[in-house]
Amino acid sequence: MRYLPKSPADREAMLKAIGLRSVDDLFAAIPPEYRLNRDLDIPRQMAESEIVDWFRQRSRENGDGYTSFLGAGAYLHYRPVIVDSLISRGEFLTAYTPYQAEISQGTLQAIFEFQTMICELTGMEVANASMYDGSTAAAEAVMMAVRLTGRRSVAVVRSLHPEYLEVLATYATHQGMPLSLVQFRDDGRVDLKKLESLVSPETACVLIQSPNFFGTVEDVDAIAQIAHKHGAMLVVSIAEAVSLGIVEPPRRADIIAMEAQSFGVPLGFGGPYCGVIATREKNVRQMPGRLAGQTVDKQGKRGFVLTLATREQHIRREKATSNICTNQALVALMVNIFMTVYGKVGLKELAKQNLAKAAYAASTFAKHGEILFGAAPRFNEFVVRTSEDPKAINGRLLGHKIVGGLPLAKFYPELGNAALWCCTEMTTRSAIDTAAGLIAESERSVRSAKEELEEFAR
Amino acid sequence: MRHPTPKATRHVNQNEGLIFEKSSPGKAAWKLPPLDVPEIDTKALLGSCERKDLGHMPEVSEIEIIRHFTRLSTWNYAIDLGMYPLGSCTMKYNPRVNEAAARVEGIANAHPYQPERISQGALRIIKTLSEFLIEITGLDAITLQPAAGAHGELTGLLLIRAHHQAEGKPRKKILIPDSAHGTNPATAAMVGYAVENLKSDSRGTVDIAALESQMNENVAALMLTNPNTLGVFEQEIHSIADILHAKGGLLYMDGANMNALVGKVRPGDFGVDLMHLNLHKTFSTPHGGGGPGSGPVAVRKMLEPFLPKPVVVTKPDGTLAFDYDRPKSVGRVRAFYGNFGMFVRALAYIQANGPDGLRQTTEDAVLNANYIRKGLEGSYDLPYSTPTMHEVVFSDKLQTKKGVRTTDIAKRLIDYGFHPYTMAFPLIVPGALMIEPTESESKEEMDLFVEAMKSIAAEVEEDPQTVLEAPHCTRVSRLDETAAARNPVLRWKPKV
Repeated sequence: MRYLPKSPADREAMLKAIGLRSVDDLFAAIPPEYRLNRDLDIPRQMAESEIVDWFRQRSRENGDGYTSFLGAGAYLHYRPVIVDSLISRGEFLTAYTPYQAEISQGTLQAIFEFQTMICELTGMEVANASMYDGSTAAAEAVMMAVRLTGRRSVAVVRSLHPEYLEVLATYATHQGMPLSLVQFRDDGRVDLKKLESLVSPETACVLIQSPNFFGTVEDVDAIAQIAHKHGAMLVVSIAEAVSLGIVEPPRRADIIAMEAQSFGVPLGFGGPYCGVIATREKNVRQMPGRLAGQTVDKQGKRGFVLTLATREQHIRREKATSNICTNQALVALMVNIFMTVYGKVGLKELAKQNLAKAAYAASTFAKHGEILFGAAPRFNEFVVRTSEDPKAINGRLLGHKIVGGLPLAKFYPELGNAALWCCTEMTTRSAIDTAAGLIAESERSVRSAKEELEEFAR
Repeated sequence: MRHPTPKATRHVNQNEGLIFEKSSPGKAAWKLPPLDVPEIDTKALLGSCERKDLGHMPEVSEIEIIRHFTRLSTWNYAIDLGMYPLGSCTMKYNPRVNEAAARVEGIANAHPYQPERISQGALRIIKTLSEFLIEITGLDAITLQPAAGAHGELTGLLLIRAHHQAEGKPRKKILIPDSAHGTNPATAAMVGYAVENLKSDSRGTVDIAALESQMNENVAALMLTNPNTLGVFEQEIHSIADILHAKGGLLYMDGANMNALVGKVRPGDFGVDLMHLNLHKTFSTPHGGGGPGSGPVAVRKMLEPFLPKPVVVTKPDGTLAFDYDRPKSVGRVRAFYGNFGMFVRALAYIQANGPDGLRQTTEDAVLNANYIRKGLEGSYDLPYSTPTMHEVVFSDKLQTKKGVRTTDIAKRLIDYGFHPYTMAFPLIVPGALMIEPTESESKEEMDLFVEAMKSIAAEVEEDPQTVLEAPHCTRVSRLDETAAARNPVLRWKPKV
């Protein structure tokens, strides 16, 4: 086996040194009745070239080469080449969690810079080293608010990513955390009156997403005011990190739970991604996940260590703030490099291009279909309602090698034939025009079918 | 004092500040293509939600970024540089073909919501890996959704809870041996279970009598790591399973140490009801400085209806699809389908190995641990003489007489060019040195390791100060962790 660095003679010599006769003696501790006396039923060893071919074949079955209007928590942004060049360095790729600080300064300093940039972008004071993804970060942020307030109930908006909501529901079930759902208004924003009526002295936090699942930017200050008036915390989930380049961050939030996939992380069929939690300094001791902190060595030289570990499972066991151990470190490094590449000016320009493409697409689509939630500001996603089922339109778009917007009926049946469309800096005008053309065609054919039917009825 | 750096050597390695310290206005590492749609009036679109300023985000050029991160990387130890014998972490070689497979265009750029008819490749990857892992564990069904080992534990306990609830008898307690990883009790607490400690016997394995007396109708499950954190196989595993099953409890296996078993014995064959795997340990996906991982959970048939949704199914026409109609499911534990990129890597690893390669891998991992045990016996105290599987645990008992502890030995090991072992764990061994070489070490590398450890043991006798002050060859010396925790500085701030 090509990964194993021993010759048969080495193995013989080692067995001899141990004082054993055969390899079987090494497994003597396992009762014989449980030992597997056959080969595992998996294919024979494959050559490297065969493995690459196998995955290329899967890639072809996977619709390689399509233009996509899908967003909904997973965004296609350009990934600068140096992201992969740098994260492929074995010293980053094949290192463990930086518990041995003296030989992990590279990872530790990178985490420290990551934490700093997340703070700058979110307007928070501290950020952790990463969580699994945006969905689990949101659930953990809510549990953090429960610990901080000593209250248990949670008000969640329906415009939170529906799968984040499902994850939260799973986590909340056995924690005795009742969830109440807050409806959105006709402009896609949170219904503040309904929110006000649901927030009580038992409410630990209000959980919103901004930009929300429909791409709409929430009035965070108004929501914060309602939450804070009742002593509840405001937790804001951010699924599209690029929005932070041009949309004011939720500075009045108490905890931000982010998905940073947009920052240089491949779509990869949904993972690995990069969750992050950011908050105020005073809340840090209830924060889940790893934190890097600055300190000095014996000579007074600046260095970094993992710190405040008494929050964590390996020290505190069942009293820990979370069970999280392995996080998304290498993905956080991708995010870190991406943020460094675009920086202060680039992130803003990048976000502006996203805004412009989505604005153009929405105005073009509006000529044929109905744009929902148009009255409130939005970032790079918008909802289009068509007369025809969007799945049918999408089926025709596939013929043009275009993947249309996400049909919303599964998550929001009340919105009818609505689909969530996303444009990023990668979306071309010609793809937008092609999609708009097919929507126009669909509307025309529905209209003429309707007219025919009406004529027939007459 | 002995030579301060007996094996490790320094190399040219410039100091590197924080990226913010290199930033200055006007530098840039990005360039966007010209906009092919009309320019926008940001103010008109966003109103008061428009962001004006991005604070202290850096402004640097591309070469500076390359040098910055390359220099930082050289301050890390890594598997690619040498032996990384962290016990229970399975720091094995991370094959590069795995990385190539994950970066094939149609795999790397697949959107999780793209239509199933153009996701057949991704679904096939999920299905194929699932089948292989089911065969390897000897169980009946699996979910790949959990993002890491601890997340797999969470999922497993949710399944256990769902099982007992379906039986109409929700239970309150989880039994956890005192040798367990911290994630086990932390997870039990997250699922709302009370944790009851189960003590180990003189062999370091589960105390059967204690288990019998603690097992009752209120115990939902036992979370057992097998081999346990001493690297010892639970020989009474069948009695353990019988005691649990007799009273309706389930046997959960923490698969952190699965590298000792693959291809040699299957947990499903020795009474385990469900378990998680760590693709980032046993199946070679890179640790990446702390993650990402992936923690699939394999289960017996009776638990299948409760698995997180969606699950991959084969349709009558032979194509693959996600099934969301799972009324008994515990729900979702993560958005989308899990850390898919890790599935690709783990699958490529299994394909490269085949049945014979996986078996040889396990045999070599166990051979290596026993070789180290033999080499260090006498130089270090071996608290449990029970046979060793893939990792061996010594203690610092002999060295504490000179005031030297496991941490000090670990730090001195760095001067010999090795990453330390896992220190001070498991908790049942005071001053533990937990060593897992994995199969990836050659005889030569292990001979060097044994020699280094023996040399340190000799230093402790002759010159403990050298050991106490180690490491001597690193970029920074021992860091003040107390100060870091007392006055947390968790981000850079500009000088005012």
